[in-house]
Amino acid sequence: MKKILSFKGGVHPPPQKNTATYNVKDIYPQKGSVLAYPLAQQIGPPCVAKVAPGDYVMVGQKLGDYDKPMTVPVHASVSGEVKEIRSCLTPSGSAFTSVFIENDGLHNEHPEINQPVNYQKLSRDEKLSVIREAGIIGMGGAGFPAHIKLNPPRDKHIDYIIINAAECEPYLTTDHRILIEETENIVLGLQVLLSLFERAQGIIAVEANKMDAVDKLRRCIYITPKASGRIKVVVLKPKYPQGSEKQIISACTGRMVPSGGLPYDAGCIVNNTDTAVAVHRAFYRGRPLMRKIVTVAGDAVKNPGNYKVRIGMMFSDLIESIGGYTEEPYKLVSGGPMMGAAMYKTDIPVTKTSSAFLAFTEKEGRLPAERNCIRCGRCVTTCPVGLMPLMLNQQSLHNREDQFIDYCGMDCIECGSCTYICPSKRYLMQSIRAMRSNIIQNAVKRTESDILTTNADEHEESVPDRPWKVKE
Amino acid sequence: MSHVVTPAPHVRDKETSGKIMREVLFALTPACVMGIYFFGVRALIIILTSVAACVLFEALYQKVTKQTLTVSDCSAALTGLLLAFNLPASAPFWMPVVGAFVAVIIAKQLFGGIGQNFVNPALSGRAFLMAAYTPQMASSFSEPLDGFKNFFTFDTVTSATPLINMAEEGFAPARADYINSLLGMTGGCIGEVCAAALIAGGVYLLVKKIISWHIPVTFLGVSFLFILVFGNNPAYHMINGGMILGAFFMATDYATSPVTVKGRLIFGAGCGILVGVIRLYGGYPEGVCYAILLMNLAVPLIDRYTRPRVYGVTHHKKKSEV
Repeated sequence: MKKILSFKGGVHPPPQKNTATYNVKDIYPQKGSVLAYPLAQQIGPPCVAKVAPGDYVMVGQKLGDYDKPMTVPVHASVSGEVKEIRSCLTPSGSAFTSVFIENDGLHNEHPEINQPVNYQKLSRDEKLSVIREAGIIGMGGAGFPAHIKLNPPRDKHIDYIIINAAECEPYLTTDHRILIEETENIVLGLQVLLSLFERAQGIIAVEANKMDAVDKLRRCIYITPKASGRIKVVVLKPKYPQGSEKQIISACTGRMVPSGGLPYDAGCIVNNTDTAVAVHRAFYRGRPLMRKIVTVAGDAVKNPGNYKVRIGMMFSDLIESIGGYTEEPYKLVSGGPMMGAAMYKTDIPVTKTSSAFLAFTEKEGRLPAERNCIRCGRCVTTCPVGLMPLMLNQQSLHNREDQFIDYCGMDCIECGSCTYICPSKRYLMQSIRAMRSNIIQNAVKRTESDILTTNADEHEESVPDRPWKVKE
Repeated sequence: MSHVVTPAPHVRDKETSGKIMREVLFALTPACVMGIYFFGVRALIIILTSVAACVLFEALYQKVTKQTLTVSDCSAALTGLLLAFNLPASAPFWMPVVGAFVAVIIAKQLFGGIGQNFVNPALSGRAFLMAAYTPQMASSFSEPLDGFKNFFTFDTVTSATPLINMAEEGFAPARADYINSLLGMTGGCIGEVCAAALIAGGVYLLVKKIISWHIPVTFLGVSFLFILVFGNNPAYHMINGGMILGAFFMATDYATSPVTVKGRLIFGAGCGILVGVIRLYGGYPEGVCYAILLMNLAVPLIDRYTRPRVYGVTHHKKKSEV
C-alpha cells in the first residue's frame, strides 16, 4: 500500500456519495424537445453563431466558432431545426446568446464526424487543433480551453500531466463512474496528452474512497502498451478541496504554484477525468464533445444516479425523463454543493462544465442565520491556502482594499471551506469573493484610465496579468 | 415556481457557536460539582446567582438596545459560571451580580457582544471585584467543608490558600499536600480547587477538538519551567490556584486568544511567564487572572505578526499601514 497524499487544511463534509455504485444511464432527449447551446461555455470570448433560425443541423455540426485563441467551437448534440437564437440563462447565473434546436429524434450525424485520427502521425499543432475543433474545455468547472492549457509558453517545462479524479465535492460521483466504466479511455486519452510533452509523466490522482477505481486503473495501465512506464496512479486522502488545482499539484508533486501563477509555473498541467475521455473520443472516434455525465442527487430527487446527458438538454427535461421529484425542491444546485451555483428555475441547459444537478429538500438545503464571529480560528486552520478568512471578512465588510491585498485576499481559491466550517455560519467566502471582484474591477478601471491619460500610443497594451498589483 | 438562491457553499458543518459553548459548560460540570461538594450551599447559590445575573444582563442589554437576543448561544451562561468559579465561597451573594455587570455589560456588550470583546469577560469581572472588594476577594477563602453533612452551613471558616502560604513563607515541603490539592481539599475559589476535575474537563475539550493543545500546553509548560528555574516547586504550583482553570478554560477563550497556531504558542508562553513572574515576585499570591488579561491585550498584535504562510507566496512583503 502506497502512501496516501494530501494537502494542508481542508474540511470533511459528509460525502453523500450514494450514487457511486449506480451505472451511468444514457438519457436521450425526447423527440420534439428543445435544446439550448450557449455560445460561451468556456472562459474567453463567445462564439459567433454559424447557423441561422430555420437551418437544419446534424449531430456534431458546429453551431458557432470564433477565430480567437481562447474560443472553442460549440457542437450540436442532436439533429433538427434551429428554432431561434436568443439569450438564455446558463448555470453560471449569466445569460448568453444561445442556439435553440428542436430535436427531430432522428439523430442524423454530420458526415465530418466519426473520422478517427492517429495521433502518433500528427504534429504538436495538429494535435492541439484536433482538441480545439472537438470543442474540449477544462470540465472541472472553470472551463479553461484545453488547447490553450496544453500549449504553455515555450520556456515552461512540463514535468507532470495530472488527471484530476479526486472528486472531493460531496454528492458527485461522475468521475468515479467514468474511472470504472471508461478506464481504458482515460489511459488512452492521457497517452495522447502525454505525446504533447516528451518529458512529462502522467499522474492519475484519485481519492482513497475510490479504491475500486484505483485497482482497475492500475490493472489497465499495466496491460496498456507503453503506459506503465509513464503513467502512475496516486491515491489521495478524501478531503475537500483535494481536487482544487493548486492543492492537487501540492499533494501529487510536492510543488507549489507561485502566487498569481498558473499550474505550468510549477511544471504541471491538470486536466479533469472527463477531459481525458473527451480527448480519447476526439482522436480515437472522431467525435466532438457532445455529452456530459451528470450526477443527479439530493433528497428531492426520485431516482438519483449518474446520467449521460446530451449537452444542451434542459435540466427540466432531464429531471422529467428520470422520474421527477419526490417533493417540491427547496433549492436547486448546478454543480457540487461546495462550489456549485444555485438556480431559481430549471429551463437552463446542461453545458460542457455541468457536473451535477442537485435538488435539495428544505431540511437538506436550509442555511442557518449568520451570527457574530467568535474568533474560534477554525477558518484559519482550515484554509487550504493559509489565509485568515475572518480578517478578510472584516476587511471586505469595511471595504479596506489595501489591507485585503496585504492579507493576500487575492490568493483565495474560493473553495468555501471557511464558510463550511464556520460555527457562526458567516458568509466568509462570499464576502471575500465580492471584495476580490471589486478590487479587480477597480484596478482594471484604474489601469485603463492610466493608459488613456498617460500614453496615447500604448492603447493596445492590455491590462496586466494582476492589475491590482499596479501602483498608482 | 422559483427556488431559493444563495451563493455556494450550500452545505454547512453541524457545529454552531451554541454547541461549542454547551460543550465547554459540559466540560466544566465536574469542577462545578466538586466546588459545590467542597463549599456547600453557599457555592451553589453563588454559581446560580452569577449565571442568572449574566444571562439577565445580556438579555436586558439586548432588549434595551433592540438587538437580537443571543442568550440561547449559552455564552453568557458560560461567562457566569466562569465568574462564579473565580469567587471564594465566602463572598457575599451580591458580589457575583456586580461582577456579572462588569463582565457582561462593560467587558462584552459595550464592545459589540460575543466575539467582539478584547478581554475575557469573566476575568475582567473578577479583576474588578478584586480591585474594589479586596478583603472579601483576596484574603477570606472558605475552608472546604468536611463532607456532605455540613452542606447547608452558611457560616464559613476561612483559611489561607496554599498559594497564600507559599507567598508568605515560601515553599514548605512539609505543608505541601499534593493529593488534597489535586482533589480540591484546600482553600480557594469555588471552581479552581479541584485540579483533577478541571484536567478531566480540559482533556474532554481537547478530545472534542473544541480547543487546540497549543495554549494549555505552552501555558502550563512555560510556567512550570519558569517556576522551576526560579527556584520554587513547579508541580505544587501547577495544581494550586487557578492554573489549570486558566490554562484550559480561560486562556483558550476564542474571542480573546489568537487565531493562528503560532500566535497561540506565543500567547500561551506569554501567559506562562507572566503567571510565574506574578506568583514568585508580584504582590499577589495568584497571577493567572492578570497574566491572561495582559496577554489578551496583546492578541491583535500577535495575530498580526503570526499570519500563516500563504500558498505560493514566497516572501511576504511588509507593507506599512496607510
